[in-house]
Amino acid sequence: MSDVILEMRNITKTFPGVKALDNVSFSVRQGEIHALVGENGAGKSTLMKVLSGVYPYGTYDGEIYFLGKECRFRDITESEQVGLVIIHQELALIPFLSITENLFLGNEQDKHGIIDWNKSISMTKELLEKVGLKESPNTLITDMGIGKQQLVEIAKALAKEVKLLILDEPTASLNDSDSENLLQLLLQFKAQGISSILISHKLSEVSRVADSITILRDGATVETLDCHKDNITEDRIIRGMVGRDLTHRFPPRESKIGDVIFEIRDWNASHPLHKDRKISNNVNLTVRSGEVVGIAGLIGAGRTELAMSIFGRSYGTNISGQAYKHGQEIDISTIDKAIANGIAYATEDRKAYGLVLIEEIKNNITLTNLKAIADLGVVVNEPKEITVTSQYRDSLNIKCSSILQLALNLSGGNQQKVVLSKWLFSNPDILILDEPTRGIDVGAKYEIYTIINRLASEGKGIILISSELPEILGVCDRIYVMREGRIVGEVPAKEASQEIVMKFIMSQKEVIEQ
Amino acid sequence: MKTLTTLFRNNIREYGMLIALIVIMLFFQYATDGILMKPVNITNLVLQNSYIIIMALGMLLIIVSGWIDLSVGSVAAFVGAIAAVMMVKWDMHWSITIFVSLIIGAAIGAFQGYWVAYVKIPAFIVTLAGMLIFRGLTLVILQGEAVGPFPTEFQRLSSGFISDFFKVEGFHVTTIVIGVLISVVLFILDLRGRQNQQKYGFEVLPFYLFVAKNVFITFAVMGLCYLMASYKGLPTVMVILSILITLYAFVTSQTTIGRRIYAMGGNEKAARLSGVNTPRLLFGTFVNMGVLAALAGLIVTARLNTATPKAGDGFELDVIAACFIGGASASGGVGKVIGAVVGAFLIGVMNNGMSILGIGIDWQQTIKGLVLLLAVFFDVYNKTKSS
Repeated sequence: MSDVILEMRNITKTFPGVKALDNVSFSVRQGEIHALVGENGAGKSTLMKVLSGVYPYGTYDGEIYFLGKECRFRDITESEQVGLVIIHQELALIPFLSITENLFLGNEQDKHGIIDWNKSISMTKELLEKVGLKESPNTLITDMGIGKQQLVEIAKALAKEVKLLILDEPTASLNDSDSENLLQLLLQFKAQGISSILISHKLSEVSRVADSITILRDGATVETLDCHKDNITEDRIIRGMVGRDLTHRFPPRESKIGDVIFEIRDWNASHPLHKDRKISNNVNLTVRSGEVVGIAGLIGAGRTELAMSIFGRSYGTNISGQAYKHGQEIDISTIDKAIANGIAYATEDRKAYGLVLIEEIKNNITLTNLKAIADLGVVVNEPKEITVTSQYRDSLNIKCSSILQLALNLSGGNQQKVVLSKWLFSNPDILILDEPTRGIDVGAKYEIYTIINRLASEGKGIILISSELPEILGVCDRIYVMREGRIVGEVPAKEASQEIVMKFIMSQKEVIEQ
Repeated sequence: MKTLTTLFRNNIREYGMLIALIVIMLFFQYATDGILMKPVNITNLVLQNSYIIIMALGMLLIIVSGWIDLSVGSVAAFVGAIAAVMMVKWDMHWSITIFVSLIIGAAIGAFQGYWVAYVKIPAFIVTLAGMLIFRGLTLVILQGEAVGPFPTEFQRLSSGFISDFFKVEGFHVTTIVIGVLISVVLFILDLRGRQNQQKYGFEVLPFYLFVAKNVFITFAVMGLCYLMASYKGLPTVMVILSILITLYAFVTSQTTIGRRIYAMGGNEKAARLSGVNTPRLLFGTFVNMGVLAALAGLIVTARLNTATPKAGDGFELDVIAACFIGGASASGGVGKVIGAVVGAFLIGVMNNGMSILGIGIDWQQTIKGLVLLLAVFFDVYNKTKSS
């Protein structure tokens, strides 16, 4: 075991109400590529944040040994000093600075505060050569594609004399040839003795380049596979990622499914800035009354973008396609019109897009349909508002001292209930719920599922976007799978299993026919 | 006593500035040997500050929306200049002049609002441009000289008083009657609000505090009216001001438009995704600001009885300071009409008191700047302490 360079022992990290990591142990050997896989929310990123000092020593339990010494990082700078460099999914480059300026940001090659540009540029050239990037050191980051930006990030890590490189979903937004380049680079580093930790959802990559694979599930280590001893297939990895007991996490429900209530046909939309990039590509979907329809897929598969483009064109450009309600074509080209046609969209990020945090619970709930509590449609009738919002507080069990409490001071689960109340108040027939249980504890999740069931039994049509497969399987009647802006699969919940859905999600084939 | 301190702590934002205003008034009352509260001076104080208060009403909405308007001083001067030219050079009737001037104000607001709300240029830049544009146009219109004087009817806009129906020598009885009416209405509204809150089981002020608060308000209103009555009665401007303050307090706290403005300032994205047409709403707040700036411009012009190229210079700073002293947040979503009015009075009392004491404009500016900083520090300090 002398070649082990990193050892994390019994790491436990709790957030209020949630145990994100439970007694996780993880070790990396000298000169290997170690893949870390698991579902969204399994704890991969949290583990890496503990390792790199984003969560400083003292905020977690357990020990970290790197190169034989115990490490107690207080911040990222300290972990970088010993040669641990993490490259996040969202790149941390300054767009309007050049490659050189970015490479040495915070690590400037200077004498008494005056930058030695000649030295900087010649060092940049060396580093760019190492990562195989043919660009002038003076090129601005904003003028390069995302694949090249990724290489600049890696060059930046090399500039810091990296010993262990951590890559969080490095290929998620890269095309095939850029991905291939990056993987070759990792193999090259391995030959030079630099170890890497690769977090990836693309299991084909993982099984190709990794020497070992550690699987996390629900904040705990499931197993570590040695790719040289065992014959590791993608199916084998998926089984490790999803195998868990599903009973009692979801309330039972009898679905009473009626006619098609909402339908989207030939829906296309492009990215608001990169107009040639399609975020929704010929999407067709239907929802029946009383039905809960799930949309599964990875982060970045285009689910939120699809929902927002449908909901009053609140995201994307060049949007085309038709929407039908009860077989009649409807106009949902603005948010007003979408709401008037009985469509509600509870956003993914409730703090940034869902709530006005500095306002009272009651003001948040009534915002979607203020006219309903206003005399003559203008003067807010506060007694009426209080009565109405109190009803939602009781029926959705929002735990608060008063409906005059600020949304800011509620827990995540209760904030989510306020978001749901607010959309129920707009009297919708179709509810699109985007990650309604993200970041909330198990008890509150159960309550949200119960509410979803109740709404379905009232005959509403529900679209549930979720990155948690068990949730999709436990709550939905029918499941769509999205990848790269397309619907790549449709499975009735009865026939679905995590393995089947995961195969659709991970599959590299273009379109899979039902 | 415990309830009193917690109550004070919870509402320190609202009461803090009111108490500061009272303390400052008492200080100047003492320092000026009683000149500050003389009927003639109180009347002057209201007349001098009316335009700051009027513009603060519009500015508050813009600041609550999360933006700022630097152009209001120039817009007021520009509209005043146009009104002067219309009346003096073109012999237009004063009533038509007022109407057209307000329309021009709305058009200017629409012009600036368009760039901010629809083209998404930050309001700081748009209104900085507006500040230069309209100052420049004022000079163009006046050709560098002062234009006046105006018809008496127009002058009354700022220097007139309401007429007295009772004809008592040396005392304006109508003013007292109006004061009594206002006091009674305020008391009934507060009582009804309290009963409503009790009905829904909300915490209300303890009874003795409720009484004390209303006694205080009644005394303040009646005291002010008494002072006015012993001079020439209620100034016309004061009537306009009261109506506007009531209207804006009502709109911001009781109507759907008010709700939407606060929601937009608190979280623009969330408001938009809740179906609020945020660009149109923001556009509307700028149009509103334009109209109020025009009204202020008319009042200033009528008061000076000439339109000058330098009129309204630096008003925007007093107006913005009034809003921030009154507890509005620079990041939007927070701020009350009453706060802005108290803030404007605070600045007005300081201006007036320091002038009486013969303090030069140099030190006046310095002191006002420090008071602004202190008031906002007080806000920030309370916020960090309570969280």
